[in-house]
Amino acid sequence: MKRHLVSAADLSRDDALLILDTAEELAQLSGRAVKKLPTLRGRTVVNLFFEDSTRTKTSFEVAEKRLSADVINFAAKGSSVSKGESLKDTALTLQAMGADAVVIRHHASGAPARLAQSDWLHGSVINAGDGTHEHPTQALLDAFTMRRHLNPGLGKDLNGRRITIVGDVLHSRVARSNVLLLNTLGAQVTFVAPPTLLPIGIDNWPCEVSYDLDATLAKSDALMLLRVQRERMNAAFFPTEREYSRRYGMDGLRMARLPEHAIVMHPGPMVRGMEITAEVADSPRCTAVEQVANGVSIRMAVLYLLLGGATLADNHSTNTSEAAK
Amino acid sequence: MTTQTDTPRPPHQVLDGADISRVITRIAHEIVERAKGAEDVVLLGIHTRGVHLARRLHAKLTQITGREIPLGTLDITMYRDDLRLKPARALEHTEIPPTGIDGKLVILVDDVLFSGRTVRAALDALGDIGRPRAVQLAVLVDRGHRELPIRADYVGKNLPTSLREAVQVQLSDTDGQDAVLVGDRDYAARSSQALAAPSTPE
Repeated sequence: MKRHLVSAADLSRDDALLILDTAEELAQLSGRAVKKLPTLRGRTVVNLFFEDSTRTKTSFEVAEKRLSADVINFAAKGSSVSKGESLKDTALTLQAMGADAVVIRHHASGAPARLAQSDWLHGSVINAGDGTHEHPTQALLDAFTMRRHLNPGLGKDLNGRRITIVGDVLHSRVARSNVLLLNTLGAQVTFVAPPTLLPIGIDNWPCEVSYDLDATLAKSDALMLLRVQRERMNAAFFPTEREYSRRYGMDGLRMARLPEHAIVMHPGPMVRGMEITAEVADSPRCTAVEQVANGVSIRMAVLYLLLGGATLADNHSTNTSEAAK
Repeated sequence: MTTQTDTPRPPHQVLDGADISRVITRIAHEIVERAKGAEDVVLLGIHTRGVHLARRLHAKLTQITGREIPLGTLDITMYRDDLRLKPARALEHTEIPPTGIDGKLVILVDDVLFSGRTVRAALDALGDIGRPRAVQLAVLVDRGHRELPIRADYVGKNLPTSLREAVQVQLSDTDGQDAVLVGDRDYAARSSQALAAPSTPE
């Protein structure tokens, strides 16, 4: 595997399966009395969150602590960043403090890539969501959840499975990472959204596009709803919430038209009544809560595979100490 | 003239399939005798070959005692002390029997006992899973060179070796045949070099 996880496109099929299989083993840990492994003892992981996030940040923090890493939470609000410090200076500060990995969420698309390509940090960079670009660990946990329901077993992929992703594709980093990863794993992705919420250039993505949710229901093995991101909307992308809900919202009638084995997924937080009715959200076919639990296993797997073995940072310090002799 | 230390020693067989089968039968009887009927015994095989040996031991114990002995597998990767020396490895499957290990006599099963570091890691892993009444260790081969104060309770064969030798356990489940081989660690490399090098008159 590469040293960083910035984009789902960085993952080969083998890498992706290695992460999913590792997460499957690590998932056992949540059932034990002692939910801790000594694997990352002595490693320092910094959660660098320039954007508000509760579930992703908590999920990473739980994963880091279960692997015994030293965790530093660095929120931009109230820190030197709000005083005008640049990303470079923040990174150099973290490097000086000996960070072995930086989990970064940033409002600017490409910030984690900038950090990974620079020589400001010797540690690994893990993208926890950048702007409207990517959120690879979310895509991995979604794929993990789909595999558990649709094709369970170690080493299995999602070959031939049909996944429908509904909602605000334009502002969604989850959709971008998902289409890349699901394509790597052999699944066919269909996006369903109002034309105003589809990005320009989606024709070049490895997916199909539809404006009609009802037409795609019967041939979906998994239906993933995306959150309508009001905070990123600076214009009217659809007339009213009621109309959006009527055309793209998931309710009991639509759920009944899905195949028997199909699951309904949501990355959270759910906007009940608009994207999803309470009936669907609380049904056993909705995997939203399960996705949260799987998120911890996936993030543990990524942290272990990037940091658990010998890293470039180790080699770097070995070389320096050898040079000093 | 070449000295003996310069000649790479090809791997030679020290145990064959029948020997391994006899060793497993003997260890199973020893377990029943020492554990007084093996009533609270849980067998845990350490990946990879320890798991196959534990399965064979399990079958033998079931045959001797007429009872089903709980059997599980243990992956100690996350507890290794050399994790930072090599790239991260894929994890194997850990399976603890549903009855758990609390208050039980856990017998760890592995193929070769060498430095003792694998067993140390396994003991740490057990500490996180539960609290056994006691832990014992069964190995097919004890080759010596311990780096930690650890010893086995059941040993198939004590095999004094030098550090330049390698012990290879082959089991039909993964290697096509049952055998234990001992030879020079770098025999393959050195013998291919010897073949490649032009012969010089002595």
